[in-house]
Amino acid sequence: MKKYLALVLVLVLTVSLFAGCSAPKKEEAKQVKLGVILLHSENSTYDMNFINGVMEAKKNLGLSDDQVILVRDIPESQECTDAALDLVDEGCNIIFANSFGHETYLLEAAKKHPEVQFCHATGTMAHTANLSNFHNAFAAIYEGRYLAGVAAGMKLNEIKEAGNLKGEVPLMGYVGAFTYAEVISGYTSFYLGAKSVCPDVKMKVQFTGSWYDEKEEKSAAESLIAAGADLISQHADSMGAPTACENANIPNVSYNGSTVDSCPNTFIVASRINWAPYFEYIVNQTKNGEKIATDWTGTIATGSVVLTDVNTKAAAEGTVEALEALKKEFTAGTKHVFDTATEGFITVGGEALTTYMADVDTDPDYKADTEAVADGYFHESEKRSAPYFDVKIDGIELVNTAF
Amino acid sequence: MRVKKANAVQEPLFHLAKRSEIAVWKAWVIRLAVILLGFIVCGLAAFVLIEKLQDDPSKIVDFYKCFYKGAFSTSRKLWKFLKNMAILQCISLAVTPAFRMRFWNIGAEGQTLVSVLGCIAVAFYLGGTVPAGVLLVLMFVAAVLCGMIWALIPALFKARWNTNETLFTLMMNYVATFLVSYFLIVWVPSGSSTLGKLNYGKLPSFGHDYLVIILIALILTIGLYIYLKHSKHGYEISVVGESVRTAQYSGINVKKVIIRTMAVSGMLCGLSGFLIGAGLDQSVTTESVGGQGFTAIMVSWLAKFNPLVMLLTSGLISLLNSGAAQISQDLNVNGAFPDVITGIILFFIIGCEFFINYRIIFRKRSQSILNKEGVK
Repeated sequence: MKKYLALVLVLVLTVSLFAGCSAPKKEEAKQVKLGVILLHSENSTYDMNFINGVMEAKKNLGLSDDQVILVRDIPESQECTDAALDLVDEGCNIIFANSFGHETYLLEAAKKHPEVQFCHATGTMAHTANLSNFHNAFAAIYEGRYLAGVAAGMKLNEIKEAGNLKGEVPLMGYVGAFTYAEVISGYTSFYLGAKSVCPDVKMKVQFTGSWYDEKEEKSAAESLIAAGADLISQHADSMGAPTACENANIPNVSYNGSTVDSCPNTFIVASRINWAPYFEYIVNQTKNGEKIATDWTGTIATGSVVLTDVNTKAAAEGTVEALEALKKEFTAGTKHVFDTATEGFITVGGEALTTYMADVDTDPDYKADTEAVADGYFHESEKRSAPYFDVKIDGIELVNTAF
Repeated sequence: MRVKKANAVQEPLFHLAKRSEIAVWKAWVIRLAVILLGFIVCGLAAFVLIEKLQDDPSKIVDFYKCFYKGAFSTSRKLWKFLKNMAILQCISLAVTPAFRMRFWNIGAEGQTLVSVLGCIAVAFYLGGTVPAGVLLVLMFVAAVLCGMIWALIPALFKARWNTNETLFTLMMNYVATFLVSYFLIVWVPSGSSTLGKLNYGKLPSFGHDYLVIILIALILTIGLYIYLKHSKHGYEISVVGESVRTAQYSGINVKKVIIRTMAVSGMLCGLSGFLIGAGLDQSVTTESVGGQGFTAIMVSWLAKFNPLVMLLTSGLISLLNSGAAQISQDLNVNGAFPDVITGIILFFIIGCEFFINYRIIFRKRSQSILNKEGVK
């Protein structure tokens, strides 16, 4: 019995010795508590992408369970302010919200608690709000879309060479949500990526008027296919468009995540935003007592813009290598998606784009206020993190513009 | 003797009989017991579904604590709980007059949403051009009018052509949602369809931000109780609800009562919409009412259409919602789990009303009951 007692005592001592060693380290990490407000929950691909990002950051930074709080199903209303204030009560010193419509309500909470950092994804108001504790973040997803577009263009070339084009010139179909800058920037960069390898490509865009409407997205994709599209891509969150493509055996370039499991024959590649680098950034800055950037734009270099694995079964030969080479160019900063200098690449009404006033600052009249074209390219996501490229360029036809 | 035996063979294992009378206290004991049972089953479901609890069964205590924590642990949570309850109570009151008349209005969601839209439309177009007080009055009038019109359309059709009010009011909900989508597209040229919080038209507050809303809900509860129980209108509603023929025979103009009562319902939805639009969000989205128009039906029904009892049922539903949200947060589980919890408890509550109204008589027992009656 005594033997056991001694053994237990020794064990306790050893454990407490280790505990003693690690205690100060833990203390330091404990200073940060992150609260994340989500519009929906795991059931939505959009929110799942954020949850994955938080969990990855939590793992990488070695945060404990009680240093991260997720609050799910918070609508874009007063409830968002309440949820943020509740998180302040819980002792959070960084509060993050993930939906565009949360912004004005999160601002209310930020005004009340200057000692807490408030970070908002996809928002547009931080640079004009005059609050040092309110920050916006987004990613240069247009670079990812451009890469995905290159994969699409290479596939179109392959179809063309095989003589299987439906029409005279290669035609892509694109299912969009709203005629909003984020979507316009997205489909234009996708189109430019395809055009960079397949110069005679044309594109038709059909809007659904919803960020998530499986039925609408599917029928939009089907009608684009019926209109002669050789390939489909989408900016919408459901499986509608990928399913329509798999049924019709039309190649598909996806968004937000791989759909290869459900669409093994038609899925080529998908681009998505990885939020983990941003979560790591805000936690580290707060831990070190440093300021968080008012506008933070993640890039390929920061690991925020990523592509899924290329499905070699559906993609054209050499796609993987071509994308790798381009990624290096983007990382080095020598490549610009919205290249206005190359002749005939971006034209509006047949004219080259030499100047464009974008609506960067939020105001009630939605006034265009900032010159965005300089040095031979359109400076997307530089004046603020959320996209503001909303130029309607040649080669892209909008099927409906009601949204 | 032989006949009796044949009867015994054919008799089912159990049958249901309507209870003629049940003591009030007995009914409440049954209700409380059933709710308790519901919570126990929730705990079991949580244990089966959440791995974390299987690893450490002592955490089941945290699970139950969440119901308290979600609503009462901080003063902010308490205010939020009372505010949620007040809004739900207002919408529940709104559906009640029509329900007492057996007019199955399931369009409170749409009626409230249209009111929010109307109230915000006024703030959007007139905000900053008229004095704040005038703006609020106009917002109020717009909300009440919108709610009333949305309720009157199905009522007129019912009174004139005897259309099915359940289907009609249900479909009006969708029309309301699409109307909001349409205006968001018109109002927001950037294409994001997100209006955001407006700078105008905030309901003034004193004490706490939510105090006014809570007081209005309380006053409305008492007012509607008096209207339904002690006014001629209330009596007419009850008579029409009992029997349209009786009402006609006693000289009540049934069409008039239907239209008038739906107008009252719609106006109360309008008031609820005003509280959401001006008192809370200062904006409108398709989710502004968030399904509370449907929850209200249950709140009203569970309270047997009695406004005072509704304080209990709306409180219970709000408590469940805040507790379920807290569980999702503290135990870090999927957003669908809170729905499972509220679903289980509501299932028990609704089921319990069945057992209060009916009793199960098993074969053997029924035999003995029959014998007893025979003895009598």
